[in-house]
Amino acid sequence: MSERARFEIADQPPWRMSDFLLRWETVLFALLVVVIIGDTFLSPYFLDIDNLSDATANFSEKAIIALGMALLILVREIDLSVAAIIALCSLAMGLAAQAGAGAASLVVIGLAVGAVCGAFNGVLVARLGLPSIVVTIGTMSLFRGIAQVVLGDQAISEYPPQFESLGQDYFIKWPPLHLSFLLFVIFAIVFALALHRTAGGRKLYAIGANPIAARFSGIPVDRIKLGLFVLTGVLSGIAAVLLTARVGSTRPNIALGWELEVVTMVILGGVSIAGGSGTIPGVVIAVFVLGLVTFGLSLINVPGIVISVILGFLLIGSITLPILGRKFVTSLRSRREA
Amino acid sequence: MSLLLRHRELALGLIIAAMVAGIGLYAPAFISAANIATVLNDTSILFMLVLAQMIVILTRGIDLSVAANLALSGMISASLAQHFPHLPVIAYIATGVAVGLALGLFNGGLIAGVGIPPIVVTLGTLAIFRGLIVVYGGGSQVNASEMGDVFQNFPNLTVLGLDAVFWIAAPLAIAFALFLNFTRTGRNFYALGGNPLAARYCGINIGRQLLLAYLVSGAVSGLCGYLWVARYGVAYSEIASGYELTVIAACVIGGVSIAGGVGTVPGALLGALFLGVIVNALPVMQVTPFWQMAISGAVILAAVVVNARVERRGGKLILPEARRSAGAAK
Repeated sequence: MSERARFEIADQPPWRMSDFLLRWETVLFALLVVVIIGDTFLSPYFLDIDNLSDATANFSEKAIIALGMALLILVREIDLSVAAIIALCSLAMGLAAQAGAGAASLVVIGLAVGAVCGAFNGVLVARLGLPSIVVTIGTMSLFRGIAQVVLGDQAISEYPPQFESLGQDYFIKWPPLHLSFLLFVIFAIVFALALHRTAGGRKLYAIGANPIAARFSGIPVDRIKLGLFVLTGVLSGIAAVLLTARVGSTRPNIALGWELEVVTMVILGGVSIAGGSGTIPGVVIAVFVLGLVTFGLSLINVPGIVISVILGFLLIGSITLPILGRKFVTSLRSRREA
Repeated sequence: MSLLLRHRELALGLIIAAMVAGIGLYAPAFISAANIATVLNDTSILFMLVLAQMIVILTRGIDLSVAANLALSGMISASLAQHFPHLPVIAYIATGVAVGLALGLFNGGLIAGVGIPPIVVTLGTLAIFRGLIVVYGGGSQVNASEMGDVFQNFPNLTVLGLDAVFWIAAPLAIAFALFLNFTRTGRNFYALGGNPLAARYCGINIGRQLLLAYLVSGAVSGLCGYLWVARYGVAYSEIASGYELTVIAACVIGGVSIAGGVGTVPGALLGALFLGVIVNALPVMQVTPFWQMAISGAVILAAVVVNARVERRGGKLILPEARRSAGAAK
């Protein structure tokens, strides 16, 4: 046996430049660089630390939920009810605030309602074995419907100033950072370590790749899925706290349509909808790409709905091009080998 | 009871009948012929969209872009009427269908041709189609007064107490039933959804089947785009916003399995009718429309629990029968 063979790992393919270049995170990162350079040219106000800091406030709440959604999609589930959970959490906090609750108890109430909603989804999906896409379309109507029934066409906006400052003021004065962005960064680091550096994280990949095989190898698939739904519910609760504090009011249409934006972040981040593949760094880069494209375009007064067209093309294009690229590379390779 | 569970269309039909009867006891006006006609007219667009969505869901796919497609097709059709108000009505309908078909082709090409998951593609096109309405119209809306009489009068033509929109939906539903039950291409959708790999080995052209599903979905959305705009008399970027979820909910209530391969035309139609009855009953019952969303959410959850029961039971029933026939053969 040659000396070289002993050190070769059987299941790891040799390093190839084209593989690295076609890695999702590399493609996304290149896209992010293009976006930043483009934005800098588009508007002189882009590279301004206060502007950038305010831009983060607009996507950090969604990005926090995206971290939980990424884990759910990784294990072949999805939660379309996240925005409706925000509405329900915000309603609960609004009612509590009207009853005179303080900032701390409002936060606790928001998180608790999020956890309960997530557990409700989780029990239906994991315990009763129902398809999550249908269950969460149902709970999406149910949760937001409850908020609508209670609120009607009214709004609640009697929040204590301490509570509102959670979303409106800088949490750290210099560099100017909002609490939402700070939380997103901390959560992203924790999630990345947990997913990519612990045995528990590997279990999620195992479940996503093959849930039955994962179950037979002793992974408590249902319990983990239930846990992930509760986690996503709590993250939605956190987003509800931050958003309610930022806008200072609760309306039945709060965070309407956010579920699709959150799913877009996750999918653009390279998490496969078929489960079993995707990374937290990918999702984080996607969050910045989407956030900065939106921010840059709104700086030059592009209307929001036109931005959504561009983001739609970005989502489809960034998924189509690597697939076509990979096909092209494969055909080149096979031609060369033939 | 097990008969009812096995024939879920029958069960759902009885539930709807009981519901209508219950509402009728409270408000007798609800079961008058005129009001029943109103319910059918109001639900006709949903009937058509549900059938098209069902074909997509049969193939294990999903089309989230139907409502956005409807809005864009309706907008373009309406703006044709705005500029040329005296064309025959078929020109406006054809425009809606053609635009819808083109948008369906875009979805289908990416899904069947490139192989991107349907939920990803239609999530993207949902945003794109809706945004294109603003790009196209510059954010303006087309009002009823600008559309012309030819464009607007057609969906409200009344024959036998029912509007033209119903008389379009009814033959379309029959055509769907014949197509899905009695043609090879129609059966292929079930084969594909039941087991894509086996379908491939049977020689079914998966790509062609998938493309066809999204083309049908697009064309029907386009048709409904014209009907919606003409019926409600306004075209702008937010019409039918979020309606894709109502369509999918009706499918689920009607027993179409999101896992693919399971679903019938009568079931899907009853699912749509169920939601249609609820929407029309709330004002009669003097319940604020704010309840509508919560109720339909609760109904979806109940339906999906029942569906799961039925599907599980079906699996268990096959085995003893197979064993019995194997025993008889010996």
